[in-house]
Amino acid sequence: MLTVLIDTDSGNLHSAEKAFQRMAREVDGGTVLVSSKPEDVARADRVVLPGDGAFPACQRALFADRRALYEALIDTVERRGRPFLGICVGMQLMARKGHEYEEVPGLGWIAAEVVRITPSDPALKVPHMGWNDLVIDRPHPVLDGIATGDHAYFVHSYHMAMDDAAQRLAHCDYGGDITAIVANANRIGTQFHPEKSQSAGLRLIANFLNWRP
Amino acid sequence: MLKTRIIPCLDVADGRVVKGVNFVDLRDAGDPVDAAIAYDAAGADELCFLDIHATHENRGTMFDLATRTAEHCFMPLTIGGGVRTHDDVRALLLAGADKVSFNSAAVANPDVVAEAADRFGSQCIVVAIDAKAVAPDRWEIFTHGGRRPTGIDAVEFARTVVDKGAGEILLTSMDRDGTRAGFNLPMTRAISDAVSVPVIASGGVGTLDHLVEGVTKGGASAVLAASIFHFGDFTIAEAKAHMAAAGIPMRLT
Repeated sequence: MLTVLIDTDSGNLHSAEKAFQRMAREVDGGTVLVSSKPEDVARADRVVLPGDGAFPACQRALFADRRALYEALIDTVERRGRPFLGICVGMQLMARKGHEYEEVPGLGWIAAEVVRITPSDPALKVPHMGWNDLVIDRPHPVLDGIATGDHAYFVHSYHMAMDDAAQRLAHCDYGGDITAIVANANRIGTQFHPEKSQSAGLRLIANFLNWRP
Repeated sequence: MLKTRIIPCLDVADGRVVKGVNFVDLRDAGDPVDAAIAYDAAGADELCFLDIHATHENRGTMFDLATRTAEHCFMPLTIGGGVRTHDDVRALLLAGADKVSFNSAAVANPDVVAEAADRFGSQCIVVAIDAKAVAPDRWEIFTHGGRRPTGIDAVEFARTVVDKGAGEILLTSMDRDGTRAGFNLPMTRAISDAVSVPVIASGGVGTLDHLVEGVTKGGASAVLAASIFHFGDFTIAEAKAHMAAAGIPMRLT
């Protein structure tokens, strides 16, 4: 079994790679590969899209600059139904549209738009940076062993505003609801960084590697 | 609810942890990766490595430390010291850092912050501000380990670099660093109030009450300390319990 972490040349993939490799060893989850090659994504059994940085830059890096990679991703996830995990901006790209600096379309996999965080308490800082406790909204196989009150590491200034809560698996509070985990069919996304979230994060990665949607 | 972070800082020179007292007197306190693993297990919320020599000759050592740390610690790691360009940022991110901290280079040219933030996002760009009190309610930036005055007002500079895209400010009081007399609270409060992004208070922690004051009086989103943890005066768990007892939301593991 092959899990491919898509490299679009933006942020830090090393820690994500190490976390996935470690959990793949623990749960007999096969091989983990960081790649920007369309042919690797085409043969992947699971696909992870990490992302750091601004929505438009990440969107263009995938949709425009690496068109063949984008098409392999769509084919693998949409047509062949392989499990997909988006992390941080990788999760935000699952939305219909982003509003960071400019309006940019996303993958349209989640009924949501990505908007700036505006905490009800003006004393709260943006970016929302640090450890926040999760509130689980609905059960899901990737949440096995993860409970309300578990902490995850967030760092972001924009968040996913859901059309409705049906595709939201978990949220946290930061002067209002912040979407933490989303799911639709064979696709899930986490706003937080599971590879930086110690035990709860590693657990989610292990669950994803075992998930058979 | 978002929790206040405790960040142990490891000053690194030639691949070893040191702790400068007022940035001059160095003491060896061990292997950085071993220390990072210990802090990860102890429940630290983030880790910070500062390369205090930061010459090009020892750059490879820092990349190696970042890589080895990322293999063992699944928590955020910030690296600073000698970061000059956005290519330096990229190299450290690729090696395993999650956030990279600018210091003197941002003072010399704040646009370097904008270049790095545009390329990698504000979330991974920290600006470290080292300042000293020069008059009541006025703090001036010093560079080169506190030896070189710049004439730049710290509050104004903090506003400038946040406008350029800094996602976080690591604020060190040069007067307090190594003294164990507590954070410079008026300076921390002035800068925390002046910017929209999180401020990490640093410099001068000697007691657990100092950590509490950094948040309740200084308005910091995170507190950074070195000696009190490195030399075993207090554990991370003791610090968290003390802060939680004072009413600060903490991640208790």
